[in-house]
Amino acid sequence: MQQVIIDQFSATVRAAAENSQPLHIRGGGSKSFYGHPPSEHAKILDVSPYQGITEYEPTELVITARAGTPLAEIESLLRQNSQMLAFEPPYFSETATLGGCVAAGLSGPRRASAGAVRDFVLGVRILDGTGHDLHFGGQVMKNVAGYDVSRLMVGAMGTLGILLEVSLKVLPLPTVEQTICLEMGETEAIEYMNRWAGKPLSVSATCHVNERLYMRLSGAESAVRAAHTQLGGEAYPAGDAFWKSVREHSHDFFKPPVPLWRLSVKSTTPPLSLSQTKQLIEWNGALRWLTCPKESPVDTIRQAAQKAGGHATLFRRHNCAIPVFQELSPALAGIHQRLKQKFDPAGILNPGRLYPEF
Amino acid sequence: MTCNFSASNMPIDLIKQLRTFLPQESVLHETEDLRPYECDGLSAYRQTPMIVVLPQTESQIAQILQLCHATQTPVVARGAGTGLSGGALPHAKGVLMSLAKLNQILEIDPLTRTARVQPGVRNLAISDATRPYGLYYAPDPSSQIACSIGGNVAENSGGVHCLKYGLTVHNILKLRVLTIDGESLEIGGDSLDSPGFDLLALMTGSEGMLGIVTEITVKLIPVPEKAQLVMATFEDIQKAGQAVANVIAAGIIPAGMEMMDKITIHAVEAFLHAGYDLNAEAILLCESDGTAEEVADEIERMHSIMKSSGATRITTSQNEAERLRLWAGRKAAFPAAGRVSPDYYCMDGTIPRKHLANVLKGIETLSQEYGLRCMNVFHAGDGNLHPLILYDANTPGELEKTEEFGGKILEMCIHAGGTITGEHGVGMEKINQMCTQFAPNELTLFHSVKAAFDPQGLLNPGKAVPTLHRCAELGAMHVHSGSEKFPDLPRF
Ligand SMILES: Cc1cc2nc3c(=O)[nH]c(=O)nc-3n(C[C@H](O)[C@H](O)[C@H](O)COP(=O)(O)OP(=O)(O)OC[C@H]3O[C@@H](n4cnc5c(N)ncnc54)[C@H](O)[C@@H]3O)c2cc1C
Repeated sequence: MQQVIIDQFSATVRAAAENSQPLHIRGGGSKSFYGHPPSEHAKILDVSPYQGITEYEPTELVITARAGTPLAEIESLLRQNSQMLAFEPPYFSETATLGGCVAAGLSGPRRASAGAVRDFVLGVRILDGTGHDLHFGGQVMKNVAGYDVSRLMVGAMGTLGILLEVSLKVLPLPTVEQTICLEMGETEAIEYMNRWAGKPLSVSATCHVNERLYMRLSGAESAVRAAHTQLGGEAYPAGDAFWKSVREHSHDFFKPPVPLWRLSVKSTTPPLSLSQTKQLIEWNGALRWLTCPKESPVDTIRQAAQKAGGHATLFRRHNCAIPVFQELSPALAGIHQRLKQKFDPAGILNPGRLYPEF
Repeated sequence: MTCNFSASNMPIDLIKQLRTFLPQESVLHETEDLRPYECDGLSAYRQTPMIVVLPQTESQIAQILQLCHATQTPVVARGAGTGLSGGALPHAKGVLMSLAKLNQILEIDPLTRTARVQPGVRNLAISDATRPYGLYYAPDPSSQIACSIGGNVAENSGGVHCLKYGLTVHNILKLRVLTIDGESLEIGGDSLDSPGFDLLALMTGSEGMLGIVTEITVKLIPVPEKAQLVMATFEDIQKAGQAVANVIAAGIIPAGMEMMDKITIHAVEAFLHAGYDLNAEAILLCESDGTAEEVADEIERMHSIMKSSGATRITTSQNEAERLRLWAGRKAAFPAAGRVSPDYYCMDGTIPRKHLANVLKGIETLSQEYGLRCMNVFHAGDGNLHPLILYDANTPGELEKTEEFGGKILEMCIHAGGTITGEHGVGMEKINQMCTQFAPNELTLFHSVKAAFDPQGLLNPGKAVPTLHRCAELGAMHVHSGSEKFPDLPRF
């Protein structure tokens, strides 16, 4: 039955390649706002029917599921076994699927301490742009046979292949989590987060917003207690809801209907002085969310990010017609285009979603 | 396989051109000067290179590459030469580029917790330099006093602590890379992610096939306050395997979890007299690190899990000296193998842990079949097996038998749903088994990835990915884990 679905996908891809018909790969549609919009002529390839958890043995710390599987289903099964996806993926809608999560490559508050989606991907099964059914990586923690094509899929926005199945490393849920809150300004918070990140404490998430620094402590009860004593600050009882609102962008900061920028920078970068912007800081300072008026100078934002050792993404466009992702250096752009050409010679897989050129 | 060039074959022109920008002593071509470079850690494979170059700066590397590109000369990168798969095996008509002289730590940023280093810096040197700041570089291959960080990136090396702290790929932020035409790439960034494809992951573990890594920014993590070790003895290997699963099931990710089998225990005990239980079928070392409170908690839980899993003897380190003493046996496994046998061959497969007992039984059957002893050390937490096949290279035919035995172990790993290499890479050694692990279309895609960086195939030619022609000649059959016919029939 499941193989029938793959055969159909594969036939669709082959026909599309023959006719140079762009495909819009769609899982749950929860991240359709992200990246460039699909081409107008694209035909939707709905991968959501290909779903189900195929293998999960908690003691192996690995779960394998089909790309159309709802993320909620995976996380709920893991939770029943006191385990989790440690990169804390944002959903942005209950319809979020595993495939979309991996293709978009977005990670949540725990990223700075536990790692990103790509750090947990162990293997993938994909269809390339010629409809070939390919396996890379596997279900084991350590595997260096062949190039790491599995991780190359993460964040590629479906431009290199259609994800069919993904194996992920999972981790145990921390025994205890507690959020603390401290009053301080941006400059002080950035310094504080980085300083403590260099100490062996169990800080699993940080967020600075509205002159307050929130820190989540995770681990054994004794460790969490010891960390709280060292860090000081007030216990913040509504921690779970707070981190969820940061992860899902339901926090008030994200409410105004204006463009939202995501700046990924060196964690110790001082507060970015960009006029008319508001900022929310995560990941010990390595992630800066900016809301700003539509007419704000794009180049200034991009240059600021680059100067800070990173890059800026126009995360929510709100009808802004400017490139979403930071421009690649010509040398890197060349490699991207050659890779795209190899994986998808006809250029039919989500063309333009990542960069207009491919 | 050794091949020497007579003076008439000497690429005089190339040497002359190299010497226009490299000092005399950085271009070697006399046979006796080339000798030290003819193999890496896998000494059964040897090849004298045509020329060895020892650049000292990135711009020299770029010039060498441009020259080799223009003359279509193969280039093989070499770090410290500790690789165990022949990855740095020279090319007879090529230039071997040693990165050993690029050995500077360029910057340590304690607040951002990163270090920027040159590729020839030794793995342990990074942790030594950053420890004064309470920080270290986590991946710790057993070869860490010798191996280079550039080699670690090229192999995606792991270590005893990688179940908890990750492999090389999880602990680097940025690379400077030169492609074969001398073009400079900056991959990754000072941020936690970068736009476009994850080329940082693609470069990691690419075995010197895609570019030369000239600078690495690594992540540093805080040195844990405390570490403590539980050593448990089992009279049944199955029970030891179950104990590992029970630790994980209890929600513990140990800082390290290593297993040794009976023959290893005996070899190590004869060598070190560490007081290991010689009746044991398996010994498990299980480490906890973190704050004093965390470690106390975790050690207590580990202890009780070992007990309920049927351990016959449990020792908990009471101080740092004792912890190191208990580790010493595991760390001495390789030298111990060297004591009980003239030669040994280190294999490196990964399997889902649940198949451990079966795979070990299979190895034992093969061991009898081939009449060769095999010691098993095992990164038990992540399923990475290192069988050490004991042989004598002076006995005619024994090396070939050993290689065949090793090849069968790797195939067994694939059948169990695992892989032919967990951390040592494919190199030259496992090129044939790649035909079993990957289907032709997958291998073709690997070649395409290579071509996107190095269309003429000048970097480390012939390594890591076999040609389809080679696979066809071997008649190797691709096996996808679990999908083979009659998966329940014994194969070994
Ligand atoms: C006793 C012993 C124990 C070991 N234990 C472990 C272990 O616990 N875990 C583990 O993972 N490995 C282990 N190894 C294997 C080996 O040490 C690692 O693979 C190591 O990363 C190799 O580093 P190197 O500098 O010696 O590289 P080399 O052997 O010189 O080269 C390895 C590969 O990297 C390429 N390369 C080197 N430098 C560069 C560069 N700058 N740019 C591009 N390509 C480059 C080479 O072309 C080659 O393909 C062990 C080896 C020995 C001998």
